[in-house]
Amino acid sequence: MWVRSSMTYRASFVVTVFGNLTVTGLDFVGILLMFSQVDSLGGWSLPEVAFLYGLSVTSFGIADLALGSMDVLGARMRDGSFDTLLVRPAPVLAQVGADRFALRRLGRITQGAVVLGWALASVDVDWSAAKVLLVPVMVVSGAAIFSAVFVAGAAFQIYAQDAAEVQNAFTYGGTTLLQYPPSVFGKELVRGVTFMLPLAFVNWVPAAHVLGRPYPIGLPGWAAFASPLVAVACCVLAGLAWRTGLRSYRSTGS
Amino acid sequence: MGSGRLYAAVAAGGFRRYATYRAATVAGVFTNTVFGVILVYTYLALWDEKPHLGGYDQAQAVTYVWLGQCLYATLAIQGGGAEKDLMERIRTGEIAVDLYRPADLQLWWLAGDVGRALFQMLGRGVVPFVFGAVFFPMALPTEAGRWAAFVVTLLLATLVSFAIRYLAALSVFWLMDGMGVNQVLMVTGIFFSGMVLPLNAFPGVFGEIVRVLPWAAQIQMPADVLMGETDPLGAFVFQAAWAVVLLGAGRLMQSAATRRVVVQGG
Repeated sequence: MWVRSSMTYRASFVVTVFGNLTVTGLDFVGILLMFSQVDSLGGWSLPEVAFLYGLSVTSFGIADLALGSMDVLGARMRDGSFDTLLVRPAPVLAQVGADRFALRRLGRITQGAVVLGWALASVDVDWSAAKVLLVPVMVVSGAAIFSAVFVAGAAFQIYAQDAAEVQNAFTYGGTTLLQYPPSVFGKELVRGVTFMLPLAFVNWVPAAHVLGRPYPIGLPGWAAFASPLVAVACCVLAGLAWRTGLRSYRSTGS
Repeated sequence: MGSGRLYAAVAAGGFRRYATYRAATVAGVFTNTVFGVILVYTYLALWDEKPHLGGYDQAQAVTYVWLGQCLYATLAIQGGGAEKDLMERIRTGEIAVDLYRPADLQLWWLAGDVGRALFQMLGRGVVPFVFGAVFFPMALPTEAGRWAAFVVTLLLATLVSFAIRYLAALSVFWLMDGMGVNQVLMVTGIFFSGMVLPLNAFPGVFGEIVRVLPWAAQIQMPADVLMGETDPLGAFVFQAAWAVVLLGAGRLMQSAATRRVVVQGG
């Protein structure tokens, strides 16, 4: 239904898809602009940063396609229309995901995949079977980790009701953070993104292994392969948070 | 003077409306602070690699980041100000009611948007800026004159920002739906206002072009005036010229739209 509704205004839809591609591509244009002035950022070359960028954006794009509508949740709670979802005979999470589902979000995945493809072709890596295998594993685990963040954010919105933007700080902020090398950021921040909110497992940790760089806070070598486990743990925790949130939901009554 | 009071009331309404959503404001402050921290680190790495990029030292680059976070919502850099409601009213046909009002359409929406901007500045912009000043080295002036000039550039930036978004909103009279225009606003706003990188640091001819576009009036000019990188008078003239041109264009487009408008029914 949401797909059909967006096709009604055709000219606008075309502009929107194009716009979406450009919006998401802008971060990368920003990175290109930076590299037009310097040869490396935090000691990482352009193909290496592009590798991080492609992984982060593709994973995020997949999560966003499935669950990006979570930020409508706060509005639905305020106007009371969230109650409608609760009485329908379908999982609430699936309904929220499909709410305002937008095909234009394919733009982000496409753009991430293109950059990732270019990065894979240009990075100077001694490819082994394990490293090759790690790339799709990163994309899938990364998408799962971002999805968990989206769901946890949605659970938080049940309490906060009017704070969709806090979620943006973690989702959009997270993907922006991961587009740059960990060496750019302060130690405390990197530690936080590794152990508290394990976004580092989307790309930083496994990508450091692929590119043959030591991980900045001295994680053991096998940590590069821990992304799927981290992803499963995140999803379980987010699922629990969502269920707890749903159970404590109080309608606004409007 | 009666009409002056009317627009003041509309502005106050705009202010109050945004002041109502307290949780959203706090959330916005948090988001702007998080993005500010991420950007500051990347800028520091960049300026480490190439000191004096765009004529800024590190403290100035940091100041630029936090000013950007402060003005992001204030100037509705990615859209989402008065123009969003205006587009919706044009799309649904409610604009017909506005056209009957004994008030000027452009001034009415400008007043509402100024109220919104003022609230976003105080409620959402100041805290990340102060956070940045406390935790990172910034290049802030000590003389009052420069702060006064900075306030003037902010007012002019608000005018230019509104003028751009008003033009975009009016295009919905012909396009019927604002989604695509909003995207364009977002792209151009983020990129050409210098949210990605200070416009000073854009390379070559491209940089020269970007620095004379109206978006340069929004963050780049206030930043350069605040940090003493440019002559305030030149900045005022640049901003005012764009404000006059764009507001004038809005006026022309508005009369074209209202003369042969087909209001959507509903």
